Amino acid sequence: MSNSFLIILGIITPLFAALFSYVCKYNDNLRDSFGIIGGLITFVISLKIFHGIQNNEVYQITFFTLFDGVDFAFKVSALGSIFSLVASSLWILASIYTIGYMRGAGEKNQTRFVIFYSIAIHAALAIAWSGNLLVLFIFYEILTFSTFPLVGHKQNAESQSAGRLYLSILVGTSLIFFLPAIFWIWLKTGTLDFQDGGILMNKFPAEYLSFLIAMLVFGIGKAAIMPIHRWLPAAMVAPTPVSALLHAVAVVKAGVFSFLVVVVYIVGPDFLLQTKSSDWLVWLACFTIMASSIIAITKDDLKARLAYSTISQLSYIILGAALASSLALKGASFHIITHALGKITLFFCAGAIYVTAHIKKVSDLKGMGYKLPLIFFAYTLGALSIIGVPPFIGSWSKFYLIMGSIEREFIIVAIILGISSLLNIYYLLQPVVIGFTQNSKKEIKLTKAPLTVWPPLITGLGCLVFFFYANYFLNNISGVIVN
Amino acid sequence: MFDIFLDDAPALVVVLPLLISAIIAFMPSKIWPWIISIITLLLHLFLSLHLLKEISVSGLIIYEFGNWEPPWGISFKIDGVNIGLQLLFSIFVLVSTFYSRKIFLNEIDYRDSGKAYSLWLLAIGSLNGIILTNDIFNLFVFLEISALASISLIALGAGQNRKALLAAFNYLIIGAIGATFYVIGVGFAYAMTGTLNMNDLVIQLAQYSDGQLAIFAGMSFMLIGLMVKAAIFPVHIWLPPAYSYAPSAVSTLLAALATKTILYFFVRLLYEVFIIYPSYLSLFLDFVLYPLSLLAIFIGTVIAIYQDDIKKLLAFSSIAQIGYITLAFSLKDHSGVASGFVHIFNHALIKGGLFMAVGYFAILYKDRVTLNSLKGFGYKYPITSFALLICGLSLIGLPLTNGFISKLYLFQALYTNQMYFSIALVAVSSALAVVYFWKIVEQMWFSEIKFKSEKEDAYIYLPIWIVTISIIVFGIYSTPIIEFSNLSADYLISGYQN
Repeated sequence: MSNSFLIILGIITPLFAALFSYVCKYNDNLRDSFGIIGGLITFVISLKIFHGIQNNEVYQITFFTLFDGVDFAFKVSALGSIFSLVASSLWILASIYTIGYMRGAGEKNQTRFVIFYSIAIHAALAIAWSGNLLVLFIFYEILTFSTFPLVGHKQNAESQSAGRLYLSILVGTSLIFFLPAIFWIWLKTGTLDFQDGGILMNKFPAEYLSFLIAMLVFGIGKAAIMPIHRWLPAAMVAPTPVSALLHAVAVVKAGVFSFLVVVVYIVGPDFLLQTKSSDWLVWLACFTIMASSIIAITKDDLKARLAYSTISQLSYIILGAALASSLALKGASFHIITHALGKITLFFCAGAIYVTAHIKKVSDLKGMGYKLPLIFFAYTLGALSIIGVPPFIGSWSKFYLIMGSIEREFIIVAIILGISSLLNIYYLLQPVVIGFTQNSKKEIKLTKAPLTVWPPLITGLGCLVFFFYANYFLNNISGVIVN
Repeated sequence: MFDIFLDDAPALVVVLPLLISAIIAFMPSKIWPWIISIITLLLHLFLSLHLLKEISVSGLIIYEFGNWEPPWGISFKIDGVNIGLQLLFSIFVLVSTFYSRKIFLNEIDYRDSGKAYSLWLLAIGSLNGIILTNDIFNLFVFLEISALASISLIALGAGQNRKALLAAFNYLIIGAIGATFYVIGVGFAYAMTGTLNMNDLVIQLAQYSDGQLAIFAGMSFMLIGLMVKAAIFPVHIWLPPAYSYAPSAVSTLLAALATKTILYFFVRLLYEVFIIYPSYLSLFLDFVLYPLSLLAIFIGTVIAIYQDDIKKLLAFSSIAQIGYITLAFSLKDHSGVASGFVHIFNHALIKGGLFMAVGYFAILYKDRVTLNSLKGFGYKYPITSFALLICGLSLIGLPLTNGFISKLYLFQALYTNQMYFSIALVAVSSALAVVYFWKIVEQMWFSEIKFKSEKEDAYIYLPIWIVTISIIVFGIYSTPIIEFSNLSADYLISGYQN
């Protein structure tokens, strides 16, 4: 198969999965199986591309010209190959989990749910492989619009207002800041293509670069940096498979991925280091990390707590991009993988607890650890990885981020990262502690939903196993960042 | 055989609809007025294409009526500025006439069919006259004919809702005031120069190169009159009720083309004639048109958010969109004027498509379409709803639609003029457009009530989807629109620089 055909196949497979799910809407099992099949196909393609990138192969395809210097084109970058690998591999597990969750929780409109789920994955893959900033923007918007029906899935007043908030913040910021920033780059450079080392050097006035960075980081609302973070906790009204795959992996990672891509392939880390125009962002990211960790402690609702934890973790990646040194960028790129694995495990567990025991609050978890040992085991693995304890994969990215901040001589940032890990321990492990130490007084009837238990176990063990294979991913990443 | 007529093509595109209009006025038949209109407009399109061919060879056609030479007789002028608009006009009236049949059958008494199409052709002929005329008094005549025809067409909506009469009366009074202002201005100009021909006017005005109070007063009267007619904020108040209570086919025609033709003449007057007083022109553009455009963009969008009636919502959105066009025209350079023309083309398609879809919904729902009544329409009438969705996304200005191209060139023009505040305002208002448009989408697809999909009328697909597909096509392949707009700007701005 030719390389360009591989890209097309990878991008349209989720669309076909959506189409087939619609065609087979009267047969539940057949309908839901397309998510798994689509996941497998896209995973194989992503893996092949991932290896191809390691061997310096070029994957690109151009369809047509949109306007001067901007084509509708896809081109897989090293960063993109990582993101697509994460999204597609987790899609398989999430599809299995979705079957267990949606049936266990007895949700309505499952067909619509499955269809938009696949379309969202399609948009995420297209973002990962986009060839220039405008194509990225197009699929960024498609991702927002396709996840709206998933956020508002329950169609009650709460989910409707959450959906409105979700859409207005994400679309609003992208139209007010992101799109004008793209226009600005285009007017200055005449192109929007992703190139190693960036396209802005010598073309963009250095004194306005901080302003451009601000427009980008606030325009890419999916990266959820404070104060543009409110949509993420609001989106937690969605069924848990959405929170797990989309609001811990696809959507938010698309946000930080977009920002990383902008830093690495548009602005160029060298240009950033020269002008130091992103140093202010380091402090904003630190503030977001600390503030959202503290808010997370106050949240009793498990999903809300995880949402704030996600906001904090996303800012690690923003922080790495803002530091722009090679170690920090390495850490930031790797954090896309490690956080995805860890956080999807936690969300899977939160959803499994809800489906089996109908518990949403941390304080209600008393004694549940003995009743749901496998789920709590998986949860612990995921939590330890996010905290950054060796031998879990999360320790690598945190290590590189701390090294990066020391490299840039931001010692305080390294200290803040340490404190944040301590806070992580408190709010992520507290549910485990409550689950195992206190006895519950009332009897809770458990519903069996085995399909919701296995996916978190797999991802949780993945956090452990991949610690030893980190170089497998890091090889690709080091290719990205050549300072 | 046709060759004899082809020489008179510039006159025929205007005269033909006017003539046929008189013939079909009293036809009692339900279908014949429509068939004759369609044939007329096919001929009209053929003539426009012929004009395009001629223009691509010669670059300029001055058509003298009755062979009276220009300063004395009336003349039409076709050049790079208006040929693109002429073509768009021809194509869009044909599509909307095709669309109008189902609407008129449902919204007005079938015995009025002949009268309706008579007025319809009258409006088309006179609006086309506005595009072509080279004579400021002749323009007044066409303005009045088109206003009277549109007012009567709007009043035909009274069968559905009596408020249409009030809206028509409003338009009559305010439109008459606008026209009076304009004709007073023409009077001043004629008193001072003794000419009505635009080319001659430029020459005659040159003798008052220092400017004279009477001239400035006349110019101001003309501009304000045209602003009323073009519904530029704050003299737009006739437009929302007129668009929303008119029969849907009429709303489509007016929203897509009526204000656009007047805006075209407005910019032509500014950059071709009034250009000899650069200080007056920049005073008007910088301190009147520019701030008013910004206000129109912002206030129009905000009011649209609070509308419950969909046609009214679209009408207020039109106020904002006219604001985008006048903002571009107020920039005084090539990129600005070109981007204004780009948006004239694109917005005509977008608003035309939106009004077509909503008009069809009104027929299906058998009542005025409000936000509430749209519940579940996305499931009930999926194909039309999907067209509405695409038109709406284009209105917001998302990539791959022609609305994005408009926005791209507007941003570029604003950027080259270093108007960063306007860029911010345009960005904010396009984000606010998401709010009002998403309210519609939410009702259509994400409200509790669901219907089994019903059979839609395949007849209506054709016009709606022609417009919708052209929105996507011009979003991807924007070269034709860009070239026509650049051509228009080339002609107008070359005058400015000399």
